[in-house]
Amino acid sequence: MPVVLSRDGTHGPVVHSLNQTARDRGIRGGSRIVDVQAIHPDLHVEAADIEGDFILLHRLVHWSRRWCPWTVKDADDGLVLDVTGCAHLFGGEAALLRDICQRFAMQGLTARVAMAPTRGAAQALARYGPAQIICTSQDVAQVLSPLPVVSLRLDTQTARLLDRLGLKTIGALADVPRVALMRRFANMAADRNPLILLDRALGNTADPLNAPPDQICFMARSRLAEPVINPVPHVKGLVEDLCGMLAEAGLGARRLRFTIYRIDGEYRTVQFAIARASRDPVHILRLFDGKLDSIDPGFGFDLLTIEATDTEQVSLIQDGLDGKRDASADVAGLLDRLVARLGQGKVTWPIWVETHKPERMEGRVSTLHGGPSDPPTLIRERPIRILKPPEEVRVIYAVPEGPPSQFRWRRVVYQTVRHAGPERIAPEWWRDRPGTRLRDYYKVEVQGGRRFWLYREGLLHDGRGDAPRWFLHGFFV
Amino acid sequence: MANDSTYGQVIHLPKRKVSAPQDVNVLKMRPTLMDVLPIGSADPAATGFVLSLLPDATGPVLWVQDYLSQRENGHLFAPSLKAHGCDHPVLQVTVSHPRDVLWAMEEGAACAGLAAVIGEIHGGPSVLDFTATKRLAMRAETSGVPVYLIRSGDPGGLSAARMRWRVGALPSLSHPHDSRSPGQAQWDLELFRARGRPPGRWVARYDPAASTAADRLRLVSRAVDGAMDTGDQPISNTTGK
Repeated sequence: MPVVLSRDGTHGPVVHSLNQTARDRGIRGGSRIVDVQAIHPDLHVEAADIEGDFILLHRLVHWSRRWCPWTVKDADDGLVLDVTGCAHLFGGEAALLRDICQRFAMQGLTARVAMAPTRGAAQALARYGPAQIICTSQDVAQVLSPLPVVSLRLDTQTARLLDRLGLKTIGALADVPRVALMRRFANMAADRNPLILLDRALGNTADPLNAPPDQICFMARSRLAEPVINPVPHVKGLVEDLCGMLAEAGLGARRLRFTIYRIDGEYRTVQFAIARASRDPVHILRLFDGKLDSIDPGFGFDLLTIEATDTEQVSLIQDGLDGKRDASADVAGLLDRLVARLGQGKVTWPIWVETHKPERMEGRVSTLHGGPSDPPTLIRERPIRILKPPEEVRVIYAVPEGPPSQFRWRRVVYQTVRHAGPERIAPEWWRDRPGTRLRDYYKVEVQGGRRFWLYREGLLHDGRGDAPRWFLHGFFV
Repeated sequence: MANDSTYGQVIHLPKRKVSAPQDVNVLKMRPTLMDVLPIGSADPAATGFVLSLLPDATGPVLWVQDYLSQRENGHLFAPSLKAHGCDHPVLQVTVSHPRDVLWAMEEGAACAGLAAVIGEIHGGPSVLDFTATKRLAMRAETSGVPVYLIRSGDPGGLSAARMRWRVGALPSLSHPHDSRSPGQAQWDLELFRARGRPPGRWVARYDPAASTAADRLRLVSRAVDGAMDTGDQPISNTTGK
């Protein structure tokens, strides 16, 4: 059954990749899904997970370091392994290729492998050559010559140009005098220039591998001789080990994961986030306060790990000459402890929104995602506290637009003595629902001296409901 | 003269001049824990009073509330803090249980990078006992971070706070441009328990034009009754027998 994966193209979905049956039917990658479906009604189409592929390939790069120390990603669907001096560890070159194929097959992946003295030749042979070919430096030109020029990884324009010139194989390209090729492609970048790519494939110019460094995993573990129930006595040693590792690497942890592996095969984790990268064991230990009570040890556990899942460079901060510590470090440590115990949503900085509606002016952002910012300058006097949502009050006022003379809030009747206002705040038509009524705000002072912020919602005959209602929105000092 | 009353006991008041309570400059004292008890329910006078006490030190202010006090007293409206003399960034912590409020306040009180710690607990729960306040006071005195505890709806529990205030609203001053509208706010301020200074009662108002924190509060003594001297004894009524 033909199966294709689709991705979004410029004019609708196009074929991203396809299986052998589909290829045999003559379907090509890059053609439009609707066209292909019209020709092959039994075609099975699935959406491609390009991001997932990318992540998997990235992980495979590091996984394939089991064979050799230098591995790198090749385009979107390949790996290049520099196995110079490694093949004998696996019983020779042919055995190494077999081993690679087997190991990938065990993961459910089909691998096309080829071995060649240069990177360009190896990737061309793996994609376009016979299966599991091993090519030596003597016969590289000969093995490459029947392959199409596209296998040099030319872009489509250059490939079409060479095709039009009649240079269809690498052998034909290699036979063209160098001077002519050099002159024709003089302005082309090195990674697209057919002459340079050819030289690299044939080993005439160097093409070194720039392998990404190994990801260092900062993890401290402690194996116990017997299962235990209480993790607390073991945490200190683990944290100190981890901080030692981080100190050696000059890094600090931003995220930590503490795991216990229970004897019934389950595991339980506790995670922390730290506002400012830290490798201070005292600080990290304090984050554990109260967290370990909630961890369920089951019938006991015999392995504990703590892992820094996210690390950052940390610079040591020197204490001032006056003996004072850096205050911002203190505050960052405080934030961590508050967030670790209370949760992210409970510890917040204010953020500001430009609006006239008082209840919308202020938003909250978690301390892990934002910092303090300066508040906007208020033009009018605003209360120090507001009720969210505003509470409805029963008001006696001079209809239609008089100030309140008496109101009842939370079962207490207040007599107004003085008032300021009204201040009209209109609804924001670009955001509010249609039919939202305007508000007339009054600052009133009642007998005894308390000062309230009341508003009347709407006018008497504004066509948006019946008699206006009154709300208490805030308190002035 | 004293014994001739037939209606009840007579108390001798001292003959000395009735002295007004000394003007306390609360900011001159060491940073410590202060209790502020609002007189009415949902009265933000306590908030205004605490804000006017905030020191000039840089650093954020930690503001801890429980949900109950947030619902009863309203949310803090941070944009208008600046108008009340608080230039510090305000780190808000909102938790459901007063126990967590006390824990967060203690953590904050131990952190010298903060300018101040303000906590609000409504209703005087049982976790807010003498021990809890004593811990707060000692932490504050060790680290030098002032801690203010707003206890709304409190029936009057024990507290180890070094100063305990009762704050309520008073009718405001007259508005300079509009006689019908409320003017500058005034508070009724009562220091009912303090270590090392006599209690007193003042009419306070906030002065936004003051340059330093020490001058922000304007305190005016209230007219008070004479206090009893230590030697003053009620004279027993013997005439009726």
